[in-house]
Amino acid sequence: MLDFAITVAFGLVTMAVGMCCWRLLRGPSTPDRILALDTLYVNAIALLMLLGIHLGNALFFEAALLIALMGFIGTVALCKYLLRGDIIE
Amino acid sequence: MLEYFLSLLILTGAIFTFIGSLGLLRLKDFYMRLHGPTKATTLGVGSLLIASAVFFSSRDAGVSLHEVLITLFLFITAPVSAHLLAKAALHLNLHSHAKIPVNSAHPVEDKDSEIDGARLAAPTKENNSSDISPPHKSV
Amino acid sequence: MTMRSRFLPHPILSPLLAGLWLLLTNSIAPGQILLGLLLGWTIPLLTLRFWPERVTIRKPFTLVRYTGVLLYDIIVANFVVARLILGNPDRLKPVFIELPLDLTSSLAISLLANSITLTPGTVSARLSEDRRHLLVHVLSENDPDNLIAVIKDRYERPLREIFEQC
Repeated sequence: MLDFAITVAFGLVTMAVGMCCWRLLRGPSTPDRILALDTLYVNAIALLMLLGIHLGNALFFEAALLIALMGFIGTVALCKYLLRGDIIE
Repeated sequence: MLEYFLSLLILTGAIFTFIGSLGLLRLKDFYMRLHGPTKATTLGVGSLLIASAVFFSSRDAGVSLHEVLITLFLFITAPVSAHLLAKAALHLNLHSHAKIPVNSAHPVEDKDSEIDGARLAAPTKENNSSDISPPHKSV
Repeated sequence: MTMRSRFLPHPILSPLLAGLWLLLTNSIAPGQILLGLLLGWTIPLLTLRFWPERVTIRKPFTLVRYTGVLLYDIIVANFVVARLILGNPDRLKPVFIELPLDLTSSLAISLLANSITLTPGTVSARLSEDRRHLLVHVLSENDPDNLIAVIKDRYERPLREIFEQC
């Protein structure tokens, strides 16, 4: 039962990643691409947690935490760049 | 029993993650697209993380709670990045299906957010008003 | 009082940081608790310049109730937004509303903006220069005035009771 759920979940999250990639490539505006990237980070965390449960390895948590931190900082930096045209003032 | 509960959590999480990204794909303007990922994704990843915490707590001896940390972090940061993205989009005057209110309350920021089209439009308006106003004054 | 506030400038932040440290290391060994308390004590002291104002929670019980309401609303919000996304995109009626603010402290305003973004179909988009209005984008709403009243009553009033004097 658990294996079946994880397989289905893998499929769903992979499709979600695919849709994010499509939005990332298509645009049309820069904020759209940043939003797609932000969602990609979150989807990557979801994939990592699924992989962690599937393989029974708790080490994936550290990678997920790092992606969460870096993803947020990246989004904020890109938004600041759009707002000010500059990141470090 | 625990297995069914875990499966339910994992499936709920995956479905919400999927719907969030579907919103990103389907909705028609940027401001609407913003809603999908910020909401559906927080609950989606939230329930996946809870599933992971329950799984590792039940498998190993002792409680594994550090997944709560990521959940907490995502719940705090998701609205912040959404707010910043919306602000950037307003700054760039992105097209919106909803009417963006004219911000008379904060003209300073309005000047900053004008892009070329708006900047071209603004002087003509001023010209019009200056053309009209002198006769009024003379009358 | 001054002595105490210099020694422990943020009495709420310190235990929070200690708790976060314990979550991060995923253990409650005595050594980790000690290290967490040490970090919780030194980090606020070293970063004092970033947090000039002291946070006071006037009504802890209201805060607990507010958190409960917020969690419930987040779950409801997810189902509402999921239904809107799966439905016909042409039928959505997105609007921008300007929410007049009664809050003054920046912590309360940012908490309100975060709550608005996490709850049904609304994203806070911009705070006006004079901090009196919050621009909110609504995914689909037929009655904006009613929504403003709901937000003010459900989120702003408790936040005001918790963080500001009434």
